[in-house]
Amino acid sequence: MKTTSETNASAEGGFRQLIFGLIFGIVFGFLLQKGGVAKYHVLMGVLLLEDFTVIKVMMTAVLVGMVGVYVMHRMGMVEFHLTPTRYGANIIGGLIFGAGFGLSGYCPGTNAAAIGQGNFDGFAVIAGLMAGSWLFAEASGRMKDTVQTWGDRGKLTLPELLNLRRGTVTALTAIVLVVLLVVVELLAPR
Amino acid sequence: MSATTRAAGIVLGVFTLLNSAQALAQELGGVSSLAYPGPAWSPYIVGALIGVLSWLTFYFSSKPIGASSAYAIIAGLLGKIVAPWRVEKLLYYQENKPQVDWSLLLLAGVPIGSYLAAWTGNEITGQWLPPMWEARFGEGTLLLRLLTAFAGGALMAFGARLAGGCTSGHGISGTLQLSVGSWVAVICFFISGIVVAMSLYRI
Repeated sequence: MKTTSETNASAEGGFRQLIFGLIFGIVFGFLLQKGGVAKYHVLMGVLLLEDFTVIKVMMTAVLVGMVGVYVMHRMGMVEFHLTPTRYGANIIGGLIFGAGFGLSGYCPGTNAAAIGQGNFDGFAVIAGLMAGSWLFAEASGRMKDTVQTWGDRGKLTLPELLNLRRGTVTALTAIVLVVLLVVVELLAPR
Repeated sequence: MSATTRAAGIVLGVFTLLNSAQALAQELGGVSSLAYPGPAWSPYIVGALIGVLSWLTFYFSSKPIGASSAYAIIAGLLGKIVAPWRVEKLLYYQENKPQVDWSLLLLAGVPIGSYLAAWTGNEITGQWLPPMWEARFGEGTLLLRLLTAFAGGALMAFGARLAGGCTSGHGISGTLQLSVGSWVAVICFFISGIVVAMSLYRI
């Protein structure tokens, strides 16, 4: 028997899914702007360790998303969509990404939200994002057998790494996130 | 429990240090991000709703929220117009055919939603230079800002494709699925992001 999400996934590429994507995108953009993370100074603020709005939004999203997706997965309603853990690529790519984040002051999603609220410097970021994507594609052939193989662990999850049940790790992560959120709320200026 | 106590002590110490560093920066005439308006809604409400949104994308579309790969699609689609023979030769585009898909429409929706949010909240900016940038680098620095923004965008796209995602794909969708690589990547995003931002604003 097919699960609901498999049935829906089979419609992928179909017009209906494109409309779903657009609607989810509109909601996402609306929330990003209301959460203040379309603002240059809020994003620079977290990197200057002054304004913890980004941390609060991200950690709450992960907390709520993690618990809900875990429960839905247990009930057979959704599947996981994991990207491979490749320590070399995750770390090197992550550090390159962070440097770009610090320079531009927006990340790929919040940049689209910044443009929506009228921050026109986001257009230069878009041009850069397209150039960087192309550059990556040009280099992708050479990286496949080098960087991408360094520390390749496949679709590794924390439960597998720690050899614990997913439910246990979900509960532990939830506790850690709640504690961190309380600490940030009590101590951070914003 | 001594490990917990020690961890709590470290966290407290770091925050005290940050607060004094920030006070010092302001005394020295540094630019503080806190001088500008914060979020319109509680970040906890917004975060929780983004979490719920991720349930919906998993259930209805069988997809995690992500933003960066859509820019690679746009670049690929443009490439197909300008130099189709080149696109066909590139491994990334062989494995990820550039075509209009769910993720591209998701990204297209973001500025629409953000516009609606800013409009309803009276927060439309309509500006080329962020006020905080202007306070730090001066008014006549549009070209410098655009070059910085372009370079930042290029690094982000390259880094995100190498790492396998961005602040959305790894930072929210991957971490919430407890993917090890996503947690590693998001920590790296912030490490180098902090170094670069501090270099721009605190040196």
